[in-house]
Amino acid sequence: MNFEVDQRGFYGDFGGAYIPEMLYPNIRELEDNYLKIIESDQFRDEFGQLLRDYAGRPTPLFRAGRLSEHYGTHIYLKREDLNHTGAHKINNTIGQILLARHLGKERIIAETGAGQHGVATATVCALSGMHCIVYMGALDVERQAPNVKKMKMLGAEVVPVHSGNKTLKDATNEAIRDWINHPVDTHYIIGSVVGPHPYPDMVTRFQSVISKEIKVQLAEKTGRHYPDYLVACVGGGSNAAGAYYHFLNDERVKLISVEAAGMGVNSGLTAATSLLGSTGIIHGSKTLLLQDGDGQIKEPYSLSAGLDYPGVGPLHAWLAQSGRATVFAVTDEEALQAALMCARKEGIIPALETAHALAVLDKLKFGQDDTVVVNLSGRGDKDMETYIDKLGF
Amino acid sequence: MNRIDRLFNEKKGEILSVYITAGYPGLNDTPAIVRALQEYGADMVEIGIPFSDPLADGPVIQQSSQVALGNGMTLKLLFSQLAEIRNNIHIPLVLMGYLNPVLQMGMETFLENCSETGMDGVIIPDLPPDVYEAEYRDHFKKHGIHLSLLITPHATADRINRIARLSGGFLYMVADASTTGAKASIGLHQIEYFKRIEKMNLPVPGLIGFGISSHETFTTACKHARGAIIGSAFIKTLGEEGSLEEKIGAFIRSIRTG
Ligand SMILES: Cc1ncc(COP(=O)(O)O)c(C=O)c1O
Repeated sequence: MNFEVDQRGFYGDFGGAYIPEMLYPNIRELEDNYLKIIESDQFRDEFGQLLRDYAGRPTPLFRAGRLSEHYGTHIYLKREDLNHTGAHKINNTIGQILLARHLGKERIIAETGAGQHGVATATVCALSGMHCIVYMGALDVERQAPNVKKMKMLGAEVVPVHSGNKTLKDATNEAIRDWINHPVDTHYIIGSVVGPHPYPDMVTRFQSVISKEIKVQLAEKTGRHYPDYLVACVGGGSNAAGAYYHFLNDERVKLISVEAAGMGVNSGLTAATSLLGSTGIIHGSKTLLLQDGDGQIKEPYSLSAGLDYPGVGPLHAWLAQSGRATVFAVTDEEALQAALMCARKEGIIPALETAHALAVLDKLKFGQDDTVVVNLSGRGDKDMETYIDKLGF
Repeated sequence: MNRIDRLFNEKKGEILSVYITAGYPGLNDTPAIVRALQEYGADMVEIGIPFSDPLADGPVIQQSSQVALGNGMTLKLLFSQLAEIRNNIHIPLVLMGYLNPVLQMGMETFLENCSETGMDGVIIPDLPPDVYEAEYRDHFKKHGIHLSLLITPHATADRINRIARLSGGFLYMVADASTTGAKASIGLHQIEYFKRIEKMNLPVPGLIGFGISSHETFTTACKHARGAIIGSAFIKTLGEEGSLEEKIGAFIRSIRTG
């Protein structure tokens, strides 16, 4: 099976660029140039250097001794939480800001839900002296006040979006509308492996540094360069895509994707997109999404703002449909308990999104000789208010 | 003959097409609005299928779509409201909507419904021309329904030619690099683009849309194309106080005669 994007921007049945003609020049410019630019020696040097000196890569691969003991197997945590700004999101924004500069763009726009991608974008814009506008649902602006302040301190303009349900999906719509109105000077830094081709492939490539490092680090630690299980949470799917990338064709590696079940997969309040979704078009991509029988896109729910997206990247739709990845859904409550366990057993407070990946360890049966890698996509600082509230400290 | 083709054969200029959102302002208002538009002199009506995520639309059409969905409008319901529309409507009717609701119904079923209710054309802004050509063009032809594609100021001559060749009925000339929404005036860069298109002698007639809002902008557009399309400005009018009939009559007069 093939998991690389094809000429037309598809992974199996999913992907493509279902965009209004007004966006065609923008997307065409990216499509014509992204591979040329990111495969050039100059770009590789700049990107590698910033990942090392600015983001702090490589991030450690840590053998979680007490979790390993608890689950009777070998558990390793890929510490994306130790990146600058606290999550994997910075890998992508560094790549895209460099690309934007190569394309001669002066103005950067982005969407954000929880504010993590917004902060990572504001950060690289400050670093490169670019004008930054972040679209954020008006509800999220209220819910994620500290990240809004961070973006402002970093010099970004945060625009509250009042259309639709005032959350991530609407912020993404508004960023796309901005791009339609500014087709020449603006680059849109999308925050996950979603949107029209070439975004899913481009963001996957920028995040693929995660699996590149895992390979080397596992070989050093275990003498084997691949795990038996690779676990990641999936919102749009960028941390998972990055963690999977170099193992996609290695069938010995079981890929475990974890979606947010919210209040329960069948509760109606959920973000379990590939489990419940059907094929449709969202933000220019043909993929699995939550929609009603009339093709209206449904609002997802998860306590974790970063998993609260009604679609999933087309690569993940294909991984799920083809059976290459196994998809689980984890409830708010299960994620909270997993966060607590990770804190108590390893001294690491994970992001609430990441906690979903950790919670799946309870649902799988491992052998005592198995090697399990969990992508620890982010740290929990941003979620402290939720943890305090829900876990009652 | 398809009514769009007949219109362009019979009327050489000043063609006025009006966009409405189905189910707005009231769930059952659409047939009456179409009738009033015909009566007061609109040449064609584009009936918008409301969608939860209208990417190419500005605030006015976003808001009307949300109201329409809140009213309970669906694509199935719209077709049932349109079942009798041809009893007294003779002007061309075009359905305009985003791809996802159409795909959920199924393209073939959608086109069957279009032809049963007497629709003449369809506009789907997020259906790319190459996908249309590869997957759906034959279906449209079989049902005698035109698909009007969009061109924009930033498109190359090659792309414009290609889109014009694929486009049925008329070509939708997007007036500026923008989402939908009323604008007070038409800029020089837009006029240059209109002239560039005029010189290309494309195989389909063009209508200019996006930002056309008044007698002035309508007349300017009509100097360079066979006519123009008005959306947001009309939707805004529909949202104001007063009887539908009166608002519609006054609006069309204001566009035609200033
Ligand atoms: C820490 C963390 N993990 C995961 C995600 C989900 O995004 P993705 O699926 O693109 O990795 C987010 C999104 O904000 C995040 O902040």
